[in-house]
Amino acid sequence: METPTRSKLLLKLFFSTLYLSTFTFGGGYVIVSLLKKKMVDEYHWIDEDEMLDLVAIAQSSPGAIAVNGAIVIGYKLAKLPGMIASVLGSILPPFVILSLVSMFYNAFQSNPFVQMMLAGMQSGVGAVIASVVYDMGRGVIKEKDWLCDIILVLAFAANYIFHVNVILIILACGLVGFLRTCIKKEKQEGVS
Amino acid sequence: MIYLQLFFSFLQVGAFSFGGGYAAMPLIQEQVINHYGWLSVNEFTNLITISEMTPGPIAVNSATFVGLKIAGIGGAVCATLGCILPSCILVSIMAHIYLKYRKMTGLQGILHSLRPAVVSMIAVAGLTILTSAFWRGADISLSNTQWDSVLIFMLALYLLKRKHADAILVMLGSGVMKIIFTLILNIL
Repeated sequence: METPTRSKLLLKLFFSTLYLSTFTFGGGYVIVSLLKKKMVDEYHWIDEDEMLDLVAIAQSSPGAIAVNGAIVIGYKLAKLPGMIASVLGSILPPFVILSLVSMFYNAFQSNPFVQMMLAGMQSGVGAVIASVVYDMGRGVIKEKDWLCDIILVLAFAANYIFHVNVILIILACGLVGFLRTCIKKEKQEGVS
Repeated sequence: MIYLQLFFSFLQVGAFSFGGGYAAMPLIQEQVINHYGWLSVNEFTNLITISEMTPGPIAVNSATFVGLKIAGIGGAVCATLGCILPSCILVSIMAHIYLKYRKMTGLQGILHSLRPAVVSMIAVAGLTILTSAFWRGADISLSNTQWDSVLIFMLALYLLKRKHADAILVMLGSGVMKIIFTLILNIL
């Protein structure tokens, strides 16, 4: 592994996340695999196995996966300054782009053609989300885990019918998962 | 104290959206529509549409958009910082522990139970968007239904699932089709 000077490393980190974040459409998973390509295959700053573990941390933590991915890599390479450099790089592009878009949105939203276009695109984005839900839901059901199936139904009913706060649902399900892991562990220890 | 409100409401979005991408959507909806009323359902749906068309995570895009609308550039900065702060703290700590001890923490069991809940909540947020697309804020009834939007939805779903079409192209196509349908209906 080559060891560039610290400031050079920070700059390079900032510009690689800036570049990836500007030109990557299609969400967190895409950007994480591109980050891997750059850091592991191109710069050789991180080895493959370590990268896999870091990606797992990024995916299992709350928050946007693209930002989490930038955080783990920045932290791994240059601790706190590295984390700040790569996070700034990854959030500046969406910040600037959305600011521009929202200016245009305010100027154009009363235009009838823009309204029609947006109305039609709502159907399109609805279809995209329906297809994502279908794929994810099928993944859950295929596991044939009764507890997960129950959570799937109960969480839907709690949110859609009874309007239970989303955070409460997440906390409750996290608690269920935590208790289940504890019980499993105890059982395993009892057997051995 | 609008800056603090923006900061703390997006702090909750950042702290509780597990699973990336669409997982933030129900949380943003809860804060921005249900709790504070910063956006209408229609504006929220447009925001998600715009988010899909531009690079960047939905949560960061929403924070910027809502912050700007409610309190200008300062609001956008506060909301965005709130949105990424939980990640910065939590993920750094986990990366630190991992790099020091080479062990993954036992988060997997918790995540396993969270996944189905996240899927359900994304489904509910998706239903909100479809309701907005099909009924445009009117009462849900057969006579109020915008049948051209329903047709566009079914066609878009078919192209995505059967033809594996690119999502951005499908969305742009949906917009263009709506314009064509509306023009034809107006002429008739």
